[in-house]
Amino acid sequence: MKKWGVILLTAVLVALILSPFASTHPDGLERVAENLAFAEKGSSPVAWFSPMPDYVVRGISDGKISTAMAGVIGTFITFIVVFGVMKALSPGRR
Amino acid sequence: MKILKRGHEGPAQKAPILSWPFVLKKKERVNFMHIPDGFLDAKTVITTAAISAYAIKNDVEKARRNLGDRDIPVLGVMAAFIFAAQMVNFPVMAGTSGHLLGAALATILLGPYSAGLIMATVLIVQSLFFQDGGLLALGANIFNMAVVAPLAAYYIYVTIKRYIRFSGADTLATFTASWFSVVVAAVFTSLELALSGTVPFKIVILPMAMVHAAIGIGEGLITTVAVAYIGRVLNLKAGFGIKNSVEPAIDVDGGGRVN
Repeated sequence: MKKWGVILLTAVLVALILSPFASTHPDGLERVAENLAFAEKGSSPVAWFSPMPDYVVRGISDGKISTAMAGVIGTFITFIVVFGVMKALSPGRR
Repeated sequence: MKILKRGHEGPAQKAPILSWPFVLKKKERVNFMHIPDGFLDAKTVITTAAISAYAIKNDVEKARRNLGDRDIPVLGVMAAFIFAAQMVNFPVMAGTSGHLLGAALATILLGPYSAGLIMATVLIVQSLFFQDGGLLALGANIFNMAVVAPLAAYYIYVTIKRYIRFSGADTLATFTASWFSVVVAAVFTSLELALSGTVPFKIVILPMAMVHAAIGIGEGLITTVAVAYIGRVLNLKAGFGIKNSVEPAIDVDGGGRVN
């Protein structure tokens, strides 16, 4: 296995196994926004292209499994996007 | 905030949003970690987007010049790792969570320009595919987390390594750079909120700085472990990327070398 494959596998395992057990409490910015009462100003981005809003995969009703799947899919998407963009940009040396 | 809030207090946060078969339930609550749309005004959105666009262009040019084909998978897996790690919120204080930012991690292993590219891509994927962070606020989020945070990590790491020399200097520099990268990003977020007229600066800065000072400790711990682990697997040492970006690669003969 390529060395970077080990890190990709680690990332997938983090998304698959750890993300469903992430804390569901509001995070730093959200906590401050709630405490200072400007949270209601926030709106979700326009949903013209958002297959998995809030890390939920459509059609999987179990929250933990849905989050895990969204995490794994997102991990691969991120890898493929960076890989693809950099390949396209690279001058092709070496 | 990213993860669906199962069982968080109040009736508004009832999971699931979606249930079988494909019934879309109205979601009453906005989730955010990254700045959502609605918090920033037009001038702040446009200014941060312009700076971020310029920074990404600069990052791309540096990367094109300094990266070989064999570095590309390394950038990809670092981005994938940061995406995955960002999903894992850890508790920080009563009823509050935080998660890895990853800007310092990428900076210390790969240098600030590659880190900027990686962070920007993660943020774009998060906002497009997962509605995490607003689309209009994307420029501000990239500015805070893909421009400011890597630069803060870079300068703090380099400064500590220059003036402090003992066997634990790598660890100290890594931890401190990670902590600052989070706090500085939070300060800039506060500035943008204030410039937008969303909340006065002197009211928002202290709570933002304090909660992110706590999150920064988690950032420092995770980054220190991740730098050691990923650095060893990919044969990169702490500060390897930074060294390469301080002395731009003249001899670009690969060997896992990244700018």
